[in-house]
Amino acid sequence: MKALILVGGYGTRLRPLTLSTPKPLVEFANKPMLLHQLEALAEAGVSHIILAVSYRAEQMEKELKHVEEELKIKITLSVEPEALGTAGPLAFARDLLNQDTDPFFVLNSDVICEFPFKDMIQFHRHHGKEGTIMVTKVEEPSKYGVVVYDVENGQIKQFVEKPQEYVSNKINAGLYIFNTSILDRIELKPTSIEKEIFPVMAADVQLFAMELKGFWMDVGQPKDFLTGMCLYLNSLKQKNPSLLHEAGSGIVGNVLIDSSAKIGSNCRIGPNVTIGPDVVIEDGVCIKRCTVLRGAHIKSHSWLESCIIGWRCTVGNWVRMENVSVLGEDVIVKDELYINGGRILPHKSISQSVPDPQIIM
Amino acid sequence: MFKAIILIGGPLKGTRFRPLSLEIPKPLFPVAGFPMIYHHIAACCQVKGLKEIILIGFYQPNDALNKFIISAQQEFKIQIRYLQEYTALGTAGGIYHFRDQILTGNPQCFFVLNSDVCGDFPLQDMLDSHKKNPDGSIGTVLATEATRQQSLTFGCIVEDQNTHEVLHYAEKPETFVSTLINCGIYLFSPLIFQTLEKAFKSNLEENYNFDFNIPSKEVIRLEQDVLIPLAGDGKLFVHQTKRFWSQLKSAGAAIYANRHYLAIYQRTGSKQLAKNGENKPQIIGDVFIHPTAQVHPSAVLGPNVTIGRHVVVGEGVRLRESIVLEGATLQDHCCILYSIVGWHSTIGVWSRVEGTPNDPNPNKPFAKLEIPSMFTTDGKLNPSITVIGSDVQVPSEVIILNSIVLPHKDLAGCYKNQIIL
Repeated sequence: MKALILVGGYGTRLRPLTLSTPKPLVEFANKPMLLHQLEALAEAGVSHIILAVSYRAEQMEKELKHVEEELKIKITLSVEPEALGTAGPLAFARDLLNQDTDPFFVLNSDVICEFPFKDMIQFHRHHGKEGTIMVTKVEEPSKYGVVVYDVENGQIKQFVEKPQEYVSNKINAGLYIFNTSILDRIELKPTSIEKEIFPVMAADVQLFAMELKGFWMDVGQPKDFLTGMCLYLNSLKQKNPSLLHEAGSGIVGNVLIDSSAKIGSNCRIGPNVTIGPDVVIEDGVCIKRCTVLRGAHIKSHSWLESCIIGWRCTVGNWVRMENVSVLGEDVIVKDELYINGGRILPHKSISQSVPDPQIIM
Repeated sequence: MFKAIILIGGPLKGTRFRPLSLEIPKPLFPVAGFPMIYHHIAACCQVKGLKEIILIGFYQPNDALNKFIISAQQEFKIQIRYLQEYTALGTAGGIYHFRDQILTGNPQCFFVLNSDVCGDFPLQDMLDSHKKNPDGSIGTVLATEATRQQSLTFGCIVEDQNTHEVLHYAEKPETFVSTLINCGIYLFSPLIFQTLEKAFKSNLEENYNFDFNIPSKEVIRLEQDVLIPLAGDGKLFVHQTKRFWSQLKSAGAAIYANRHYLAIYQRTGSKQLAKNGENKPQIIGDVFIHPTAQVHPSAVLGPNVTIGRHVVVGEGVRLRESIVLEGATLQDHCCILYSIVGWHSTIGVWSRVEGTPNDPNPNKPFAKLEIPSMFTTDGKLNPSITVIGSDVQVPSEVIILNSIVLPHKDLAGCYKNQIIL
């Protein structure tokens, strides 16, 4: 089987992290975002994965070489000369997808969940129609595209974009499986699969919905990245608790710490913290609901909550950071500063507090 | 023989010092580890031949003041008395009212010090220059240079450059008069009582009435009723100082004064400042730690920090430009910057208490500390020193930024730019 991942463009929503690293390679819970999907696909028996990219293909190609060997899969980069939306990339990769008649997966690259690909294949084969969309339940459906479908058999009746009045609490989760016949519906031009292709398929009774079990999050922006990390760590605790750091001695709740990281004494780490490789946390540091990326250095007595600390950053002594502050690569925050919702671009040295949310160029 | 009078005012005054002045008479608020007027007394005791210090004000007799007077008498081996005005008599009314007590023992002259200023008062120099004034001179005013703009908020003096005679005096003028400003520190000869008597009688005459709804006033204002009439008469002189001087009317000024008094300790060796050493907290710049305070060796203090009696400073605590008052507890890893932590308050672990200084612009020569208005024109609190009142509980892991917390509060979360009633 094959899969196509919609990697897309610049990943502007996840800046300043994506100024240094293509979004699919940004580590989510100590693993590149893309790798979560690649591993799950390989596990489900997918042998050929096409990455639809329009930006920074070389860096991706280089990084993914060893993944091909490790997961025993083939990865092809489908490099688009211009952004083609969410359907155009399928048309652009038509020849690759048409190599056989097996159905193929299509994934939004920002999505994190438990990826039940085997169940999806089974469901798709069972209804026998052209496409299956995974849907997930959300609290506030008015922010999303809502899917109305028959709960009995999953047949989709209607799509409602950002409904003002409640029609359903199920939304498109960004995970699909299609028969190759869908390619006949898509032209090679910028096209939205959600708005232009799905409604037609639903009208033809060719599109079915399957409800996703467990957590789901679009982690394409910092706030949701952190929320997604909390959900992911919680799911890890249920499914694979041995990967989490054991509680006690300053570790609270679900915490993921790379074995090469060093943690000082009298710290309080957690709940919901990911600490990457080669990170150094000095004594007396408190970290809650944060991701600390590779090589970062957090000095003594600092307090961090709801932050993403970029690669090789240095956070000084007695620094307080909160409210979805994001440090790009190699940022230095001097001692005793307060950073409230600051987005700091790479290689900056910060020597003044940022008391209100703002972007520091 | 000389005497000194310190004008300590009364409970209606010092409102800009709230909530700190709610707990203790403002002149007793500790700066650099000692009450504001302790520094005045220490300066007076440097003057040779000074035999008595009289505090004049309209506070009801109270424990705090009594205790302070007793301990200061013992420390400085000098007579100190508190004379209470029966009502607020103005800046010079109390001096006139207690003229007999002041003149007992025939002092050659006497100092008058306002308690709401601080500085490195050159009292001996004032006395020396006063002695050089011509016979019949009534007083010498301590003055300092201010910026043109700031001078408008002070008493402005025009002097004769050669004789240092006061040619003209204007109190808080609307337009520019002079950059030489009145420091609120004076030296008077007993001849001043003639001027005071004249002012008292004329004020009484002007304000006297038989309407019981409008009580007659017996107020004498030192600036308007004494200095202004004396200016230009060849009887009032100026002694100019270039040493540290500031008003001390707000909490922000206390942090500023704290820094300067610590620098004086450092320079004169008059008080033991904290030193670095093995198994001792790290000290940066000037830091005063009361001997009864417990400070964890992993804490980092300074510059310009004062730790009061019985204060407990936990592991990994950071303090800079702050005053921590008696009995307060700073729990592990908290960070206190530009703040005053009130008596017996507690700051929780990993909390941050931070204020904003309103220091004079160091690039402007002669700039003085300004006392900014509390609110901006659109009604927002101006960023200033954070003040945590007495007995306040600040929980763990919060930030209290540019805020004023009134006493006995149990805070629940973070506060920024707020007054917490």
